Amino acid sequence: MSMLVPFGPQHPVLPEPLQLRLELNDEKVVSAVPVVGYVHRGLEKLAEQKDFIQDTFLIERVCGICSFMHSMAYSMGIEELMGIQVPDRARYLRVVWAELHRMHSHLLALGLLADAFGFENLFYTIWKIREEIMDAMECTTGARVMLGSCCIGGVRKDISAEQAKFVLEKLNNFEKMFKRSSEVLMGDYSVKERLVGVGVIDGKKAYELGAVGPSLRGSGIAKDHRMTGYAAYGELGFEPVVEKDGDCYARTMVRVRELYQSMTLVREALAKLPEGELKTPFKGNPSGEAAVRVEQPRGEVLYYLRGNGTDKLDRLRIRTPTFANIAPLLTMLVGCNLPDVAVIILSIDPCISCTER
Amino acid sequence: MMQINETLTLENQLEKIGSLLLLGHRFVTMTVVDKGEEFDIFYHFDLDYKLTTFQLVLPKGAELPSISGICFAAVIVENEIQDLFGITVSNLAIDYEKHFLLAEDAPAQPFCRVPGVGITAVATDGKGNMTAPAPAVSNGGDK
Amino acid sequence: MSKAISKSPWVVHFNCNSCNGCDIEFLACLTPTYDVERFGVLHVGNPKHADVLVVTGSVNLRNRHVLKNVYDQMPDPKVVVAMGICPATGGIFADCYNVVGGVGSVIPVDVHVPGCPPRPEAMIDGIIEAVGILEKKRAGLAVDPPLLPVKTVKGPAPAPAPQEASEKN
Repeated sequence: MSMLVPFGPQHPVLPEPLQLRLELNDEKVVSAVPVVGYVHRGLEKLAEQKDFIQDTFLIERVCGICSFMHSMAYSMGIEELMGIQVPDRARYLRVVWAELHRMHSHLLALGLLADAFGFENLFYTIWKIREEIMDAMECTTGARVMLGSCCIGGVRKDISAEQAKFVLEKLNNFEKMFKRSSEVLMGDYSVKERLVGVGVIDGKKAYELGAVGPSLRGSGIAKDHRMTGYAAYGELGFEPVVEKDGDCYARTMVRVRELYQSMTLVREALAKLPEGELKTPFKGNPSGEAAVRVEQPRGEVLYYLRGNGTDKLDRLRIRTPTFANIAPLLTMLVGCNLPDVAVIILSIDPCISCTER
Repeated sequence: MMQINETLTLENQLEKIGSLLLLGHRFVTMTVVDKGEEFDIFYHFDLDYKLTTFQLVLPKGAELPSISGICFAAVIVENEIQDLFGITVSNLAIDYEKHFLLAEDAPAQPFCRVPGVGITAVATDGKGNMTAPAPAVSNGGDK
Repeated sequence: MSKAISKSPWVVHFNCNSCNGCDIEFLACLTPTYDVERFGVLHVGNPKHADVLVVTGSVNLRNRHVLKNVYDQMPDPKVVVAMGICPATGGIFADCYNVVGGVGSVIPVDVHVPGCPPRPEAMIDGIIEAVGILEKKRAGLAVDPPLLPVKTVKGPAPAPAPQEASEKN
């Protein structure tokens, strides 16, 4: 006999309101249906009412976790519509901030996951490490969360040699501190007990269901949109991080290894930082259609923009990574035990605010 | 600039998308644009970082056949389209009946552009305030 | 008993319609660097255990029932702290069709912490302020209504210039 159990919207392990209606057979999940709309604002419509320069700051608030990458993707879209060439220095600075954002987001996700499987100590330690990255962002932009440093045509702030030194110092601290935590995440018996073999999805199924980011790379498929070389990624050497097993442990490992990768990318970008302008001035209004994709911490985001020659956009559509990861999540949940539901949800690192906009 | 690879019709929509999926394309998302008389519906797919876009022009009032039968990933975005544009999508794998994102008392089809439909249809009290149902507790000068 | 409450207020956090910016900053308050637990503050998941309700984000048409529900379940005396500009007025989302307005339109708010998002230090100040109000409520004293950071504007408000929008950070 099966029964229906609502999970959420106000649930201790979920930082955001999301409801899952779980059909249970004893302790086993038979099926799951999401109920969303608790964070829906209607931001895409509001973006049509404001002008396209104001939108840069509105778009940052699609999500507070990957705010810089949202404004970067939007700016890239407008730059494509208007044919603006971004200066070299700005392209490298965008990589620095985007990768710092990826690091803080992954640390946040790993910490919340540790909280979900009841490892409080690890949660606090990881969040303590995260503050090093927050300090680096605050030093370079003046803000911890909403950086406001990306604008159409380039960036609004510069990183001086002194600030770059501070960032590198913070990265060294991070490396030292995270080494110990990552050993726990990778090897600890109790962590493995909760993560290995839980929420398995194979690569083929994940790909068919449209999974993106660590949820796809954790299933053995090397898809990372940074490989297309937008911003300055084409000039920096890196390979997508892939794990084969497709369980919660594999997705966690992707994040752990990506943290080290992002650290290397920030160092490399700061070392190669070219001199020059920060911003290309532009005139006129956008017209035409563009679809831009950027790799966020949770996966690729798609921005569709349609301009009509006025200062207001005709349509702005944002397909965020969690939106694409919901269908795979529903598949992962089938057959798991009720106590594992929270861990599986957090293993895709959901961002409901992104999803509903 | 975005390239439109092919224009679909209601007749060959499922067949064309099905054959694209067989070639190993990943469903990315759908986009709807309200053009006044009709909707532009874009299906975005990805293969090796290349975006393939199919366009379908749907007259207002017509039903859109769901592709969730051949591509389950589309079920979420199709429900969103039902909500925001008021397009009826037929044969959905999971149908939230136009209350996926929107609550029961939210303005219907808020993304539509026709005057009187969508958010323009919401009554206002003359001062630009939406006359949403009265709040349960008022708090000083907040509202 | 009264001493126990004011020395160790239990906090329940509800994400209303937030962009996550305030949520992650509030979570950062709980973690070792800012460590709001040194004031005895304990983060709980159950509203029936809580003395202080921390709300982030504005209210939309679906979650206002949930918010009201969470608030009603809390035992008296209770204090509501609104973190950020969105729960005060709707913030940048005030003009969205699905946004009703600030948290004050559904439940009474005692403390507003302005910012987009507020710094963790400001959030800690807000919670300490709430503890004072909790003590007053416990003793049955009158509590002043909070000062709103900005007046609520609904409808076609003049849009801020881009520089202003970024300075809000």
